[in-house]
Amino acid sequence: MDFQGHNSSTDEAMIDTADRAVPHLVVVGNGMAGCRAIEELLARDAGRYRVTIFGAEPHVNYNRIMLSPVLAGEKSFDEIVINDRAWYDDNGIELVAGDPVIAIDRAAKTITARSGRTVHYDKLLIATGSDPFIIPVPGKDLPGVISFRDMRDVDAMLAAADRGGDAVVIGGGLLGLEAAHGLSLRGMKVTVIHLMPTLMERQLDEAAGWLLKNALEARGQTILTSSDTAEIYGNGKVEGVRLKDGREIPASLVVMAVGIRPSVSLAREAGLAVGRGIQVDDHMVTSDPDILAVGECVEHDGNVYGLVAPLWEMCRALADGLVDKPTGYRGSVTSTKLKVSGIDVFSAGDFGGGAGAEDIVLRDASRGIYKRVVVQNDRIVGAVLYGDTADGNWYFDLLKKGEDISAIRDLLIFGQAFASGGGPDGGRADPKAAVAALSDDAEICGCNGVNKGRVIACINNGAATLDAVRATCKASASCGSCTGLVENLLAITLGDEYAGERAVKTMCKCTSFGHDDVRKAIVERSFKEIPQVMQELSWSTPDGCSTCRPALNYYLLCAWPGEYKDDQQSRFVNERLHANIQKDGTYSVVPRMWGGITNPRELRAIADVVEKYDAPMVKVTGGQRLDIFGIKKEDLPAVWADLNAAGMVSGHAYGKALRTVKTCVGSEWCRFGTQDSTGLGVKIERMSWGSWMPHKFKIAVSGCPRNCAEATIKDFGVVCVDSGYELHVGGNGGIKVRATDLLCKVATEREALDYCAAFIQLYREEAHYLERTAPWIERVGVDYLKKRIVEDDIGREALRARFLYSQSFSQDDPWAERAAGADREQHHHMAQFFPMAAE
Amino acid sequence: MIGDWLDIGWLNEIPVRGARTVPVEGGEEIAVFRTSDNHVFALLNKCPHKQGPLSQGIVHGHNVACPLHNWTIALATGEAQGEDKGCTPTIPVKIDGGRVLICRASTLKVAA
Repeated sequence: MDFQGHNSSTDEAMIDTADRAVPHLVVVGNGMAGCRAIEELLARDAGRYRVTIFGAEPHVNYNRIMLSPVLAGEKSFDEIVINDRAWYDDNGIELVAGDPVIAIDRAAKTITARSGRTVHYDKLLIATGSDPFIIPVPGKDLPGVISFRDMRDVDAMLAAADRGGDAVVIGGGLLGLEAAHGLSLRGMKVTVIHLMPTLMERQLDEAAGWLLKNALEARGQTILTSSDTAEIYGNGKVEGVRLKDGREIPASLVVMAVGIRPSVSLAREAGLAVGRGIQVDDHMVTSDPDILAVGECVEHDGNVYGLVAPLWEMCRALADGLVDKPTGYRGSVTSTKLKVSGIDVFSAGDFGGGAGAEDIVLRDASRGIYKRVVVQNDRIVGAVLYGDTADGNWYFDLLKKGEDISAIRDLLIFGQAFASGGGPDGGRADPKAAVAALSDDAEICGCNGVNKGRVIACINNGAATLDAVRATCKASASCGSCTGLVENLLAITLGDEYAGERAVKTMCKCTSFGHDDVRKAIVERSFKEIPQVMQELSWSTPDGCSTCRPALNYYLLCAWPGEYKDDQQSRFVNERLHANIQKDGTYSVVPRMWGGITNPRELRAIADVVEKYDAPMVKVTGGQRLDIFGIKKEDLPAVWADLNAAGMVSGHAYGKALRTVKTCVGSEWCRFGTQDSTGLGVKIERMSWGSWMPHKFKIAVSGCPRNCAEATIKDFGVVCVDSGYELHVGGNGGIKVRATDLLCKVATEREALDYCAAFIQLYREEAHYLERTAPWIERVGVDYLKKRIVEDDIGREALRARFLYSQSFSQDDPWAERAAGADREQHHHMAQFFPMAAE
Repeated sequence: MIGDWLDIGWLNEIPVRGARTVPVEGGEEIAVFRTSDNHVFALLNKCPHKQGPLSQGIVHGHNVACPLHNWTIALATGEAQGEDKGCTPTIPVKIDGGRVLICRASTLKVAA
């Protein structure tokens, strides 16, 4: 690149008359990138160019990322100025502030500013940064709607805060949360509206985003996730925001902080190559060799950056090129480290990685810490830290250098001090040695205040397993984050005697707790969301697995009826689509037939559905109803609408839920019948349909001991006799047939219903997820059930009451909701591709 | 002119920890997944085991559990995890301005 070959004979036509011997470098943009580029250039060769900087704002160069502290009242504008007037003067730079450049004439090599001023350039540097993205909703132009990008926006927010009242921030990303924090400190009541389910989803994973939301809410902000803005309303000025779900949030100030877009219009109008940003090569040169670009407005190798670190790297490469010592920019790996409302957050790299990426997770519930490091091929590829970011830079450094971490892998998550500490030779410590080196009064379990000496004493006194330690000295019995330490102590103290086995089977590989511990913690410690359980109980994965998520979803649903919001994505497909998936990917549909009784209207509707949707088969089930096979997921809502129209609801044949109540015809028709078994069956089904259970649940009512309804291989079976009702529990067909145990005999239909409700609730509350009543009863013993249900009248009544309360929230037909349009996306393709039509 | 990428819709149309489907006329169906950390992956909507529709599985981390027999498939590679052996073809995806784009050539190859 030859920047020197300037021919003075053409200068006659030029508008400005400055010294022609030195080439003129004009910078469009007086922001962080433009000025940093000039600083880098001055450091290399101060006399090489004559520099003129045009800025749209009427200020000297200031640090835009420090606008948040200015808003929060922690800094003044003067304190965030990077280069004052003297810098421009001392370096002979002409600053044209408050006069944005509006056109580039590449043929004449001139730029024109809004004032009409036209200037010739030899080299032009575009550093226009980015523009806030304004979502195109009605009311976006009302007075009181602002973005958060420059000093003028901050002044507007400060003025609004002086008047007090309510503010809405649209956007729960980095910028939005900083605006919300500042406004909150300034005394405004702030609501953050965020489209995504978790905050800062670009930087944080679900677990960290959930922690952040909780912390911000504790500081008085209202955070509405999964919320979409429909309009900003107000008469002449902002009065509030209306969401798509109809909610209205009053506000006198609305800050739009949903994102930024590279500011490319000037470059595009000048005919430069523009993609998402102004396209540049490794030396920051655009498609015109005399025009360069740097900062947030550029696209390099397909990437656009919105953070400050890449900008510094670009400026170095740009300056090297300008002084003919090109080095080249190779793209940036970025990290984010920030304080949101006093909470430290860090993220870097990719949380996903490709094949073989593994998560190392550390959670410390008592200190509110979540750390996740993603390792692939013995190298760190990503990290998310919440609450303690001290090791962020260390992880980022290891990540950028691509260092092999296999030697320190076991200790990596504990941070640099732990991992690089170790033995007297400075060698890497293994976890056991590190634990052995701890003093006796070192705290092992923060939750229960247990030190190492006490744990060892308790092991020496005979606690030879983790559970024994938990039971005796309480170490590791609460959040579980010290489980690894306690296990190491067991191994050190017992040596070969330590079997290393847990007495209780853990729920899955994500946790060291068993089902019972988790259920108990949910109820006793009032855990109400899946990410909360995972954080408080130190889950070792960021978002669980296909074993623990459905279990936790059920446990929460069971513990907090009417309060817990069901997580569809934590349910198996059948429960998500309210139909049974078949081997060919189609679904089968079973409408409920109360007690196995049907009528011409229902049968006609079923026949019509079979024909209308070309169902290849309809079959009578073992549970006395009809199963329609071969329905496509797209057709399900329409099928349900047709069945609903004939008065039928979901049969839950797909769910860990009440399936059928099978009956015989009983005393109404049968010459042997002793009681009205069909009538009782219908009543039981009406009472218990729609309830979610640990596993599928089948009931039958037989009208006499001949037991035609096969009640003694059901989860709950009633066998009617002359003197009343025998209640049987814990039977099933299936792989291992088990006949029921007799629970008791009752005299009246009312009692049969009440005992049934109590039994179902006990099973719902105490069985493990995916454990049917048969193995559950073998585990706890039928005597235990008798004690709880038969002998304890008050306890039985309480169980029944809890079941009926829970049922008051669960007896809405899921089919009717779907048929009415709920969760449409579950049933529709996202797009379709027609290769032939497109070619 | 026909681009190298197929625009299939907004990222927000895919539920977090969920998937949506894109049928290819005259061929197979593509499943497009979105994970809890907002990565997007596209694969043939078929488990290598018994061709279960992976789009209907439970998504955890960067894996999906097949709804038919609970095989775990890595979304990035399509490889069955653990002791199971098999691989589902994958399709390059990119996100641009909130739109999800899948590679046209790979889609044709995989779905044909």
